[in-house]
Amino acid sequence: MTRIDAKFAELAAAGRKAFVAYVMAGDPDYETSLEIVKGLPGAGVDVIELGLPFTDPMADGPTIQLAGQRALDGGMTLQKTLDLATEFRKTDTTTPIVLMGYYNPIYSRGVARFLEDAKAAGIDGLIVVDLPPEEDSELCIPAQEAGLNFIRLATPTTDDRRLPKVLQNTSGFVYYVSITGITGAAEAEAADVAPEVARIKSAANLPVIVGFGVNTPEKAKAIAGVADGTVVGSAIVKQIGEGKSPAEVLAFVKTLADGAHSA
Amino acid sequence: MADDLFNSFMNGPDENGRFGDFGGRFVSETLMPLILDLEAEYENAKTDASFWAEMDDLWTHYVGRPSPLYYAERMTEALGGAKIYLKRDELNHTGAHKINNVLGQILLARRMGKTRIIAETGAGQHGVATATVCARFGLKCVVYMGAHDVERQAPNVFRMRLLGAEVVPVTSGRGTLKDAMNDALRDWVTNVRDTFYCIGTVAGPHPYPAMVRDFQAIIGKEAKQQLQEQEGEGRLPDTIIAAIGGGSNAMGLFYPFLDDPSVNIIGVEAGGKGVNEKMEHCASLTGGRPGVLHGNRTYLLQDDDGQILEGFSISAGLDYPGIGPEHSWLHDIGRAKYVSITDAEALEAFQFCCTQEGIIPALEPSHALAHVMKIAPELPKDHIIIMNMCGRGDKDIFTVARALGFDMETKD
Ligand SMILES: Cc1ncc(COP(=O)(O)O)c(C=O)c1O
Repeated sequence: MTRIDAKFAELAAAGRKAFVAYVMAGDPDYETSLEIVKGLPGAGVDVIELGLPFTDPMADGPTIQLAGQRALDGGMTLQKTLDLATEFRKTDTTTPIVLMGYYNPIYSRGVARFLEDAKAAGIDGLIVVDLPPEEDSELCIPAQEAGLNFIRLATPTTDDRRLPKVLQNTSGFVYYVSITGITGAAEAEAADVAPEVARIKSAANLPVIVGFGVNTPEKAKAIAGVADGTVVGSAIVKQIGEGKSPAEVLAFVKTLADGAHSA
Repeated sequence: MADDLFNSFMNGPDENGRFGDFGGRFVSETLMPLILDLEAEYENAKTDASFWAEMDDLWTHYVGRPSPLYYAERMTEALGGAKIYLKRDELNHTGAHKINNVLGQILLARRMGKTRIIAETGAGQHGVATATVCARFGLKCVVYMGAHDVERQAPNVFRMRLLGAEVVPVTSGRGTLKDAMNDALRDWVTNVRDTFYCIGTVAGPHPYPAMVRDFQAIIGKEAKQQLQEQEGEGRLPDTIIAAIGGGSNAMGLFYPFLDDPSVNIIGVEAGGKGVNEKMEHCASLTGGRPGVLHGNRTYLLQDDDGQILEGFSISAGLDYPGIGPEHSWLHDIGRAKYVSITDAEALEAFQFCCTQEGIIPALEPSHALAHVMKIAPELPKDHIIIMNMCGRGDKDIFTVARALGFDMETKD
C-alpha cells in the first residue's frame, strides 16, 4: 500500500473528495518552490503533483510551458526535483507526491536508477504523459514492481474498446483528462465529465480524479462533485508566474481546496 | 540477400513501430487512438491499387515525376574521380522532395474524411508543399513555423499565404522547428476529430516514420531503374549520399538499396560551426545520444539531464535536434554511415554546384554535395555516386547572400 492508496482509503472513509494540486518543481526557483510545496498540505492539498521540468512539454499550454522554462533557466534538474521531494519528506511523511512529466529526463537517467532514487526521495507515483499503455514495458511495469504507482491518463478519445488497455496496468488512481487539448486551455464542464467518470468507474476499482480546465473554487467544487476529486494546475502555476508570494499562492490554493472539499 | 527475409534490412518497423530499439509510440493518451486509426488506414491504403494509381497520376501530372537522374559531367571532371549522378528532386513542383510525402498523406487524410490539415515546417519547404496540395484539394491548412524561421525564410512564408494557408509563428520554447512540432502536436490534441497532422519527415510516432519513408521511396526506386537505363542492366551505384534533417529525403533514396550490400550508404548531417562540446550543430548521430522526443526513441541532441538542445545550422531545413528512428537503427547496426559537414563547407559546395552545373541547390543538399566533394577525388573513375539533389536553392539565396557579404536590398 502506497501513501496514495492510504490517502484515498482515508478520504473514502471520511466521505471526502480529493483535492490535488500541481506545481512545477523549481518554479520560480528552488527555494521558493520548496516553500510552496511544504505549505500545500496545510492549504488543504491531499495529493501533490510535482511537475518535472522538460524543454518540450507537448501536452502543456503556455502557462505550464513557461513554468518549466523558469525552472530550467534557474538550473532545475531531475536530481534537484528529487532533492526537493527529499526535503519535503523531512517535514511531511504522509502527503503523497506524484511526479508528473515527460519520459526523456527519466530515460536519460536510466529507468532502474531513477526508480531507486525516486523511491528514496519519497515519491509515491508517476504520471508520464508520453508513455501510453503501448509502451508499458518502458517504465510502467518496472515502476509498479518497484512499489510506485503508475497513474494513467484517460481522455475523451479513450473509447470503450481502448479503456481496458488503459486501465490494465494503472494503480493509485485514474486521472481523467476532461478535455481534448492541452493544460490551461479550455474549461471542464461537469455535465460532460459525469458520464465519463461513471464509465471509467464501472471498468476499474480505482478513484477517478479529473483535471485540465479546472481553475476556480466553484469549478473545483462542480468537478469534484461528479468524481472522486479534482486537480488544479495552470491556475496555481499562473499565480506563481505572476510573482505572487508563497503566502499568496497558498491562500489561493486554500480557496480551491475548500471548493473541492465542499463538494 | 534480398530474398532472405530474415536478413533483410527492409522489414522494419515491427508491429510496435520499432526499428530495433528505436521508434515506438511515445505520445499522450489523447493522441494514441488517432495514430492507431492512421496506422489502420495506412495499412489498408498501402495494398489498395486505387490509392497508388491516384498517387502515380498526381506524381506524373502534378509533381512532374519521375525526376531525372542526371550525370553531372563537369562536376565529375573537376573532382577528377568518381562518376557523379544527381537525382534531380529539386525539379519537383514546389522545389523539393517534400511534396512526394505530402501527396500521400493528403490522400490518406481524404480517405479518413479529415478536413483540416496541420503541418510543422523549418525551411518552409514542407509547409509550402502542404499548402500547395491543400489548395489543390480545397482543404484548410495551418502551418506551424518557428518565429525565427519565419524571419529567415520570408519568401516561403509569403508563398504559403498566397496558397491560402494560415502560417502560425511559434514563439513557445525557443521558437524553432522542434517547437513548431510541439505546437502542431498541441493543435492535434485539441482538434482530434477533423484534423490530420501531416508530418514532414521520417520522425514522429509510428506509423509516420515508415509511412513517410514509403512515400519518399519513389526517389530510390526511380534512381535504381534510371541508373540501369544509363549504365546497363544490373548496374548499381557504389555509393549513395543524401543530406539529413529529419532524414526523409535520405530514407527515400536509401530504402530501396538497403538490401544491396555492395552499395555504400552515407547520410550527411549538418555540422553547423563544427561538431564540438559547444553543440553549435545539428548532428544528432555524430553528436547526440538516444532519447525520446516527438513520439519516438532516436538519437537526440540533449544535455546530461535529458533536456533537449537546440540545433544550429545555416540551413533551416536541417536544424532539428533529432533524426528519424530508422536512421538511428541503420547507424547502430552499421548498414549506413553518417558524417557531418560544416556551414562553411556547405556554402562552398553550393557555389561549386552553381558554377559547375548551372544548378542552384538548396543549402540542405549542399551538405551532401560537400561530402561528395571530399570523397569523389579519391575514388576510381568507375565508382558511381548518386547524390540526392533534394531541393533547389531559390529559398536560400538571401541566406547565402548574407553569408557571402552580398547586399540584396532592392529598391523600387
Ligand atoms: C530541400 C530540403 N532538403 C532536406 C530537408 C530536410 O528534411 P529531410 O531530412 O527530412 O529530408 C529539407 C527540410 O526542410 C529541405 O527543404
